[in-house]
Amino acid sequence: MDSALIPEGVKRCSFGKFAIGIIIVGGVLLWGVYAMLLIWLKGLNQTNMNDFYGFALWIWADLGVIALGGGAFFTGFLRYIVGKDELKNIINYAVLIGFICYSSALLILAIDIGQPLRGWFIFWHANVHSMLTEVAFCLSCYFAVLTIEYIPLILENRQLNKVPFFHNLAHNMHEVMAIFAATGAFLSFFHQGSLGGVAGVLFGRPFAVREGIFIWPWTFFLFTWSAAAYGPCFTLFVTRLTEKITGKKLVKQNVIELLAKISGWTMGTYIIAKIIDTWYWASVTAPALGLNLIDFYSNNPFYGIWILVAEIVVCGIIPSAILLSPKGRSNSTLLFTALSLACIGVLINRWVMVLQVMAAPVMTFENWVMYIPSWQEVATTILPMAYGVILVMISFRYLPIFPQERELNP
Amino acid sequence: MFPFSFEWIWDVGHMVFMGGLWYALTILGLGMTYCILKSVIDTIQGKGGHQH
Repeated sequence: MDSALIPEGVKRCSFGKFAIGIIIVGGVLLWGVYAMLLIWLKGLNQTNMNDFYGFALWIWADLGVIALGGGAFFTGFLRYIVGKDELKNIINYAVLIGFICYSSALLILAIDIGQPLRGWFIFWHANVHSMLTEVAFCLSCYFAVLTIEYIPLILENRQLNKVPFFHNLAHNMHEVMAIFAATGAFLSFFHQGSLGGVAGVLFGRPFAVREGIFIWPWTFFLFTWSAAAYGPCFTLFVTRLTEKITGKKLVKQNVIELLAKISGWTMGTYIIAKIIDTWYWASVTAPALGLNLIDFYSNNPFYGIWILVAEIVVCGIIPSAILLSPKGRSNSTLLFTALSLACIGVLINRWVMVLQVMAAPVMTFENWVMYIPSWQEVATTILPMAYGVILVMISFRYLPIFPQERELNP
Repeated sequence: MFPFSFEWIWDVGHMVFMGGLWYALTILGLGMTYCILKSVIDTIQGKGGHQH
């Protein structure tokens, strides 16, 4: 039925099977849209956010997808600026995943601000003393970069590419892509960093506050570093997942292993920096503010020391060790395990830096405050995932995402 | 956002923040303008008509 739109030389499932998949995921999407409309029409009273949890599930999801989407900027940086030419075979998918992650982040923000009609105020009436203003600027601009990087892929669709103007536009955009990629890397450095910076400058929250250089707390650099380390892991994770679902080999092993090795080094160095940061904070910063490490991990039903061990050891040191080992990278099961742990690790980090920060008591008369999101918050957080799955399904079916697919699946 | 906005002040904060924003937007705008214009010229010259 739609065979004329499918890239030449590749096999796809029947249209009926594809349509059933879209309908199933579309049902989840509609559930999220219903919750989104409830929030827009009835207001933020549909959520379980309160004075302690002004940053809640949405902001965690926002920071999470932005970190996971970091694979686009870092892979683009490696491909276009550093010159790792092999990565051209995975950069399209990295861009697509980045596009989904950043559009999801913007969608979540549009829901979170409660009054999306005033979303443009952050640009027009910008507070130039706020790190979040910088985040808004860089996030929007970088989403524009990702759109620019995604457009040539769409134009390379078999039918669209027959139109001479579209063919030329895709070609010319590829020619200058290095400039866009460099701009994207610059923007990403600042918005990833500023998201961490927001936590680091909260001097009223001893769990988050950090020393730093000039106006930038250490969390600024740790967030950028972690996005560069864990983002490509998510790209590789989704690539491997797509390969398992489609039953095809889509990217050559040497490309996977190269990106995995770079991620391993970035993650390994990040984890060392994170351990030093945690040690200094626990032994100097927090005690100077009248609190000890264990105060942040006790007397509550959820936030135990296990969360610190899970983030740094289980989901940091272990995956980086696997990715740094040639045997670990070449073993499919170990690699997938490392990638999964890495993705969980960065999500734990963002959870801790958004929610535990708010939950931890500051005053002596305060207690730990727990938070359970409402179903509307959960549905609107699942909404972008469903949207992402649908966009991956459509892009994989109709666009030449994987240049090596034909060769690997004769 | 603009110097003609009533709340605009010519201080370092505004120049750094807004300068950065307009710098990025200018690069993206000029890059896309170049691509579109070159594609129009290429198309007029008959390039891109043959597919491989």
